[in-house]
Formats: sequence, C-alpha cells, structure tokens
Amino acid sequence: MDLIAKNNELEVQIESGSPLAYNLIMESETKPTFSKSTGLPRKRFYRARAHSNPLSDSHFPIPISPSHVDFSLHFPKFFGANNEEVSKKVEFADIGCGFGGLLISLATLFPDTLMIGMELRDKVTEYVKERILALRKTSSGGQYENVSVVRTNSMKYIPNYFEKGQLSKMFFLFPDPHFKEKNHRRRVISVDLLDEYAYVLRAGGIIYTITDVEELGEWMRSCLEKHPMFESLTQDELDSDPVVELLCSATEEGQKVARNGGQTFRAVFRRIAYVS
Amino acid sequence: MEESHIEEEGERQTKHEVAPALISVHPFQKSVAVTVGSALRVFDLIEGRPVSLVDESDGPSHKDSIRAIRYGSSGKLFASAGDDKLVKIWSADSWHCLNTISSEKRVTAVSISSDDSYVCYADKFGVVWVVDLDGVNEGKVVLPSKKGVQLLCHYCSIITSLEFSPDGRYILSSDRDFKIRVTVFPKKPLQGAHEIQSFCLGHTEFVTCITFVQNPEFAQGYLMSGSGDSSVRLWDITTGSLLDTCDVSPTVKHLESNESEPTQVTVTDICSLPNSSLAAVSIQRQVCFVLPCIRFQGIVLLHCDLSAHTLSITKVIKIPGDSFIPTSISFSTSTRLLWMVSGASNGSNHPGYTRVRLILRIEAEPSSVLEDEQVPGGTTLLEHLQGKVSIEESVMSAAAEAVRAAMCSLMVKKQYSEENREFRKNNRNDKKPTQ
Repeated sequence: MDLIAKNNELEVQIESGSPLAYNLIMESETKPTFSKSTGLPRKRFYRARAHSNPLSDSHFPIPISPSHVDFSLHFPKFFGANNEEVSKKVEFADIGCGFGGLLISLATLFPDTLMIGMELRDKVTEYVKERILALRKTSSGGQYENVSVVRTNSMKYIPNYFEKGQLSKMFFLFPDPHFKEKNHRRRVISVDLLDEYAYVLRAGGIIYTITDVEELGEWMRSCLEKHPMFESLTQDELDSDPVVELLCSATEEGQKVARNGGQTFRAVFRRIAYVS
Repeated sequence: MEESHIEEEGERQTKHEVAPALISVHPFQKSVAVTVGSALRVFDLIEGRPVSLVDESDGPSHKDSIRAIRYGSSGKLFASAGDDKLVKIWSADSWHCLNTISSEKRVTAVSISSDDSYVCYADKFGVVWVVDLDGVNEGKVVLPSKKGVQLLCHYCSIITSLEFSPDGRYILSSDRDFKIRVTVFPKKPLQGAHEIQSFCLGHTEFVTCITFVQNPEFAQGYLMSGSGDSSVRLWDITTGSLLDTCDVSPTVKHLESNESEPTQVTVTDICSLPNSSLAAVSIQRQVCFVLPCIRFQGIVLLHCDLSAHTLSITKVIKIPGDSFIPTSISFSTSTRLLWMVSGASNGSNHPGYTRVRLILRIEAEPSSVLEDEQVPGGTTLLEHLQGKVSIEESVMSAAAEAVRAAMCSLMVKKQYSEENREFRKNNRNDKKPTQ
C-alpha cells in the first residue's frame, strides 16, 4: 500500500478490484451526497429503516409551547427581522412526511400557505431539509419558501407546535401499519390521538389519510367515524379537492404502490364544530 | 437490567418501588386519612378515635402501595388506588368499601367529581378512566365491581395528577411530559371526553401536582401547578395561557446561604386554602447531597393575586426538629390547619414509616408547627396514623432520600449518550423476561 498526497487529500493506493479498494475509493472522494447535475440531495445517502419507535423517549429538542417555536428559522422569507410581526401561521402539517414528496407538490399548489412536515427519523429529516434548501436555491420564482420540516414525535408533541384550531389540513400518508394487535396502540391514527388532531385542526379543517394496507385503511376509517368531531367528505367534495389525487401520486410510497399495481384505501374527513 | 425502557414502565416487573406517604383531610375535617405503602389508616376527628375499615376482602384492603387518595368535595365519598391495580370507593361516613374497581395497569391518580357521580382514575400509561358511581354515591355497597371506561389519553406518559375544575366543566390531567391537558367533561362521559379545551404548556419539567385557587370574587378559579422545574405556575384554563411563574428554589437557597450553585427543586405537593388566595407547597431537592444536615425542611406559602394574575411567595415556614420533609399536604377548610405527612414504604411487606405534623394558622403571624400533644386527637391520632408515636431521625432521613430517588427515577427523562443509546437499541429484547 502506498500513501499518496493528492489534491490535499490522502489517498491510499491498493490492489484495484479488491473489496477494500472499492470502499476506499468511495471514501476518498468527497462524498457526493448531492447530485452534481440537479443540486439536490441524493436519497441513497439518507436511507433509513422504514420503522421508528414512536414510544421511545425523545433526544431531540422539544419546544415548550407553540409560542416557543421560531418559525422565522423555517420560513425566513415570510418573516421580518423581528419575530413580532408574526401574522402568518403554519396551516398544513404532513405527519410522517418521509422524503417530502407531498410537501414539495403542495408547496407550488399553495404558494401563500405555510406548511411543515414532521418526521421521526433523523436521516430522513436531514434529507428533506437539504432538499428544501436546494430547491429554494435553484428555484427561479422564489418558490418553496413556504415549506419546511421538523424532526419530532408527532404522537406526543403536536400540541407543542400548533395552537388550538391552527391547522386547516393534516396529512397521514402511508403510516406504519403496526400489524400485530399488541402494537396497534403505536398507530398514528387512533380515537385518542384524534382528540389532539381535532384540537389543532380548525372547524372545517380536513384530515387526509391513505394507506395500501387494507386492514389499516379500515382501522383509520373506523376511528374517524367513531370520533364525534369528524365527518366524512362526500364523493363530490373529494372530486373537487385538488389535493386528494396527490395522496396517491406525490409521494415515493404512493408511486411504489402504483408501480406494483396495488390498491389504496383513503379516508378523508372534515373536522366539525362540536359541543360536548 | 432494571433500567426501564419507556414501554415497560407501565408494566415494570420490579416490586417494592418506594412509595411516598400520603395524607388527605375530610373537607369538613370529620376525619383524616394517611397511607403508607399498602396501609390505609383513617382517624375519626369528631369521635377522636381510629376508624376500622370494613371491606369484603380479608387482610389489608390494598395489596400493594397506595398511590392516590382523595375525598370527594361533598365529603361523602373517599377513593384510594395504587399499585395493586385497584380503585376502592369508600363511604366517608361508615367507612365501608362500597365498590372496588379493577384497573388494567397500576393507578397513579384519582379524582371524584363534585356531585359524586363519577370517579376518574389514571394509570401509568397515560390513560384516564371514568366510572359512574350510580348507587355508590348513596352510600350503599354496590355489587358487582364496576368497570372503568376510557375517558381520554395522554400518549405514553405517566399521569401525575387528576383534578376536576370547581364548576365541574373540565377535567384536568397533568403528566410527566411537562403537559397539563384541560378537557371538557361531557354530559355523557362514558362515551369519552374528546373535546380538548386547552393545553397548559410552559413547565420545563414533569408536572407533579395541580390544584385550583378560588375565592368568592373569582369563583371559576385559576389553576396552579407544581413541577420538577422548581416553579409553581398560574394558568387560565379556558385559554391555556400561562399567567405567572413563581420560582421556589430561592427559598431553599435562603435557608442554606452557603450554597452557590443553582438548586433544582421539585414541588412535591400543592394545596390551596379554600376561599382565600393562598396555596401551600411542599418541595424537595432533586439532587442528592452529601451532608444530610443541610436540607430544606419546610412549607412555602404562595399568594395569588387573582385580579393581577400574579403569584408570589409570602412566607416560608420552617419545620423545626428532626428530619421531616413533607411528602404530602392537605388543608382543612374549617380549622385552617395544614396537615403534613412525611414518610415512605418500599412495598407491601414492609410497613414503612410515617410522621404526621400540623401547622396552625398558616397565613397569619405567627404560624406555628404544633407539638405532638397539641395535635387534634393528640397522641392517639399520631399513634394510629403513624403506627408508632416517635420515629428515629435516621429512619425518617433514609425514607425521605428513598422517596426523592424514586421520584427522580420515575419522572426525570433519562439522557443517554449516543453510544449508550445505540447499545441499548441493539441489545433490546422485546420478549417478556421469563420469571
């Protein structure tokens, strides 16, 4: 083995074709986590397991209350130098946003609405952050300033981020099915958690859910039907909502299902005004 | 490893967890109840003699540590619940056990609605259950045992306190994840309480205790909460807004003037003096310290200015004498006495230690900590409630330390280093340990 100084980086020269050679060549170049052509981050450097434990205690910072969240960090173009001029609030939340497919599509559809993705996995959140920053840089019309991502456990901390009745749309796309009955309590949609989602959604706000797992689809629909603060959208309302078709097509998961010719199960409900 | 994964905390296998002694006084001072471990001891203050509890089960009523007790505000009912997964409803007149409710998990908090129609109890997994008290609220033994229905849930969080608002419109639940949830108590609670009125967010550590402070001028009452973040806070529950924060750690520093580092204290219990704007809090240091003689031993009295929405410390009452760090306090409306208990037990087998003391005229000058002979019921009361008349200081000191350690272990979130976390993840075994 020879050590060679090359471009101010130390490179180890060994037998070409050996596994060690392959690894070292990969490492000795500057890691190309961003594609040179598009300027966007490359997914394969941000891969993580699909499952994350929603019960594990947080080791990421949690805001004490919604007023403690500095949204000017997330949406710099929408806020002036001092945070007091907060007039705009986040209205859309994508819970478990994954690689951000839905948010990116929504950002251009609703350019004046602030939206945020919530994701539990560290690497995936990093990916979405880099993607948004890159899109903002490469965009010609100042787009994507209205979308951001935060790493958090939305099953525990949604009230820490959003005030009562703040959101007009919430998205739950292809959530983890947690097949075993003993794990059903880890599901992101349940009658108990719907209390909290109903709290942050305003009356008239809409909750969108979709999955390719039939049992989970029935579960989510049944939870929403059981909950007194939600009512189903009519077929006409579903047809006239431009967001509905994005549920299947905009995300990586949705595209995978379409490729495999799988069926999807949607449940879209409206948060109604309610008195106990 | 005894280190608990949060998933297993609700079903922890370890027995003999240290439980603090609790005290509760009847709203009209007819009786006083003290629990330590699984022992429930009641003293009749009118007749001046111990009460014998009448319960169907043979042996002690509760088989494991009692974690929560409460008198209904009407004074007719009393509830006790704990680690044996039972909630017992007692008649506060005849002291018969009227009903025993089985819970799926260990119970951490209990509360009775002001009209005695419902009892709510919370378990270690964050679920709040409700039971209707039809029949029971007439003082009759009701069979069969009633079953709880789920009312609401704090996702995966230990619920530390349950409280109904004075007008009965809301049920409040505080948890270990720094939150207080205010939920509308519906007309049909058995179908669940789904409408959240507000969240009271602001504490930076686990919330331990909540109470309402009200007077005739502000009848709807304001919420006060104590926490492990050394503060007591004042809230408006309809909006969830934080009105004022009062840091109680300076009171500890004041008494130990040679301290230079900031002290972190836990507010362990809070109770308000009815029809006044005062509340008393008992506090405990969070960190173990080496020299046992330097220790805060007292009660902090807070004044609530309900029109200006402010909280301030009015008085610090030091408790003289042997080691006595209150673990639970309770006000008696009629006699303006603050009852305090200090003690702990480590499980069902060991009887545990308790010490009861009282403060007279807490809001006036001078307030005095009563000597044993001056206590209503005298040494008879103390002997019954404590198990014996005098306890050695070293025993009390050890008990106080055990309670502090247990609370920290349960409530404070464990911080692991990155490697430690990876190690724990990789070595985690989801199978239940074989016994």
